[in-house]
Amino acid sequence: MKHLLSIADLSRDEINEILDTAVSMHEVQHRDVKKLPTLRGRTIINFFFEDSTRTRSSFELAGKWLSADTINLTGKGTSVSKGESLRDTVKTIDAMGVDMMIIRHMASGAPAQIAQWTNCSIVNAGDGTHEHPSQALLDAYTMRQRLGDLEGRHVALVGDLTHSRVFRSNVLCLTTLGAKVTLVAPATLMPAGIGAWAQADGIELSHDLDAVLPTVDAVMMLRVQRERMSGGFFPTAREYAVTYGLTKARLGLLPDHAVICHPGPMNRGLEISGDAADAAQSLVLDQVSAGVAIRMSILYHLLSGERSGDQSGEGSAS
Amino acid sequence: MSPARDRGPEGPTDDTGGRVVLAQAEISRALRRIAHEILEGNKGSEDLVLMGIPTRGVPLARRLADALHDVEGVEIPVGTLDITMYRDDLRSQPVRAMERSQVPEGGVDGKVVVLVDDVLYSGRTVRAALDSLADLGRPRAVRLAVLVDRGHRELPIRADYVGKNLPTAHAERVSVRLAESDGSDQVVISAPASGGETL
Repeated sequence: MKHLLSIADLSRDEINEILDTAVSMHEVQHRDVKKLPTLRGRTIINFFFEDSTRTRSSFELAGKWLSADTINLTGKGTSVSKGESLRDTVKTIDAMGVDMMIIRHMASGAPAQIAQWTNCSIVNAGDGTHEHPSQALLDAYTMRQRLGDLEGRHVALVGDLTHSRVFRSNVLCLTTLGAKVTLVAPATLMPAGIGAWAQADGIELSHDLDAVLPTVDAVMMLRVQRERMSGGFFPTAREYAVTYGLTKARLGLLPDHAVICHPGPMNRGLEISGDAADAAQSLVLDQVSAGVAIRMSILYHLLSGERSGDQSGEGSAS
Repeated sequence: MSPARDRGPEGPTDDTGGRVVLAQAEISRALRRIAHEILEGNKGSEDLVLMGIPTRGVPLARRLADALHDVEGVEIPVGTLDITMYRDDLRSQPVRAMERSQVPEGGVDGKVVVLVDDVLYSGRTVRAALDSLADLGRPRAVRLAVLVDRGHRELPIRADYVGKNLPTAHAERVSVRLAESDGSDQVVISAPASGGETL
C-alpha cells in the first residue's frame, strides 16, 4: 500500500489491520512521552487547500508522534496564489525529496491526480465531494471500540449526502466491514443516481428519520455544508432541523445501546442539537481522539514497507 | 547453577523433521530455575516487574510469574512490552502488526524490570525493548530473561537469565512453541526455511 486515495482501494483485511494498529497507537496518546521513533528521518507535507481543524492538526500530531518531520502548507501561502499550477507546485515539493504528501483539495480527484505526478506517498485528506478515507476509518474505529465487531450492525448516515465526502467514504468502509447502512436525507440532498448504486450495494434509502432511528446501532449526523450550496436545498434551517435534525425529542427514539457520531464541525441546532451532541451516547470527542491514532496507523502502514507473510515468532527473532 | 551449553545427543524430532532440543518438562524446569535465579539475584521479590516481549515472551512472563508465586508466595506484576515501533528494520522488512504495550498498575518507575523473551539472537529486539521501556518510565534496573540463547549477537547485549544456551549455525532456525499459542511446549531446531532471517 503506497497511497490512501479511496476506501475502495482497501480490502476488509487491510481496513482491519489499520484499525487494529490504531488500538495500539491510541495507547501512546495517554503516555507522558508521546513519541515513537518509527518514522524518524521521514518527511511529511500537510498540503491543505481548504480550511481544516481536526484533520490537519491530527495528521500533524500523528506525524510528530511517530518522529517524522512534518511541514504544513496551505494554498494561500504558496506560489499557487501567484498563479503556479498545481502540477508544478507538487512536483516542486516532490523534488525536495519528501516521503509523503497529505492532500486536502476542493477538487474531487486531485489527490489521485497528484499521485500520478509524484513519487511520494499520497494521502487523500478530503477531496471536494469525493472522499475522506481517514475520516471513515476513524469513524469505523470509534464505533468498533464502543459496539464491537461491525458485522451486521445497522448504521444510519443522515443529512447532507449530496455535498458529503465523509458519507461516501463511510458507506464504502462500513459495507466492507459488513455493516448494514441506511441513508436518510431529504430528496434534495440525495445525490443524483444514488438509487442505482445503493440498490446494487444493498444500501437502504429513507426520507423518514423517525422510522429509522429505533432500528440503528449507530447514527451519524452529517454536517449541512452551506458553503458548498448554491441553491435552495431546503426551505429554512428551522424546517431542516425539525425534519432531519437529531433533536432532544429524537434522542428518545434511539435504542439504549446506540451511539451518535458526527464528523465535525457541528452546526449545533441544525443537524444536531446541543442535547444530542453532549449526550452520553455521543462519540463526537471520541472520534477526535481516535483521529490521531488512526492517522498514526495510516502513516505507519504507508511508510513502513509492504506486508508479506506472517512474521510470527519462529524464535529466530531476537 | 548454570545452564547446559552442549547441544546434547541427537534428540527426538518433531513432525517437521526438526530436532526437539527442549520438551515440555525441560521448559518447565528451566523456568523454575530462572525464577529461583531472579529471586536470588534480586534478594527477594521486592519491586520486581516482569515485562513479556510479544509474541511468546508474554506467556513466558506469565509462567515465570506463576513460578515466582510458587516459590515466594507473592504476585509479581506482569506487563507486555511491544517493540514493533522501535525496530531498526522497519524500512527493510514487511509491515508488522503492532501489539499493545501494557504497563502493570504501579508502573515501572523505580522497579526492577525483567524483560522476558523466547529467543535471544542478534540482540536487536532487546535493544528496541530498552528504548521502548525508556519511553514508559525509569526502572531502577533492567534484567533480561530468555528461554533460549542461540548466540550470534550483533550488539553488546547479554541475558541475565538463560533457560538454555543453544549454539546454532546462522542458517538454522530455532522455533519456540508454547501451549498458549502453538498447542504444545517445544523448542525445535531445524534447517532454514527459504527466505531471509528476521531480527
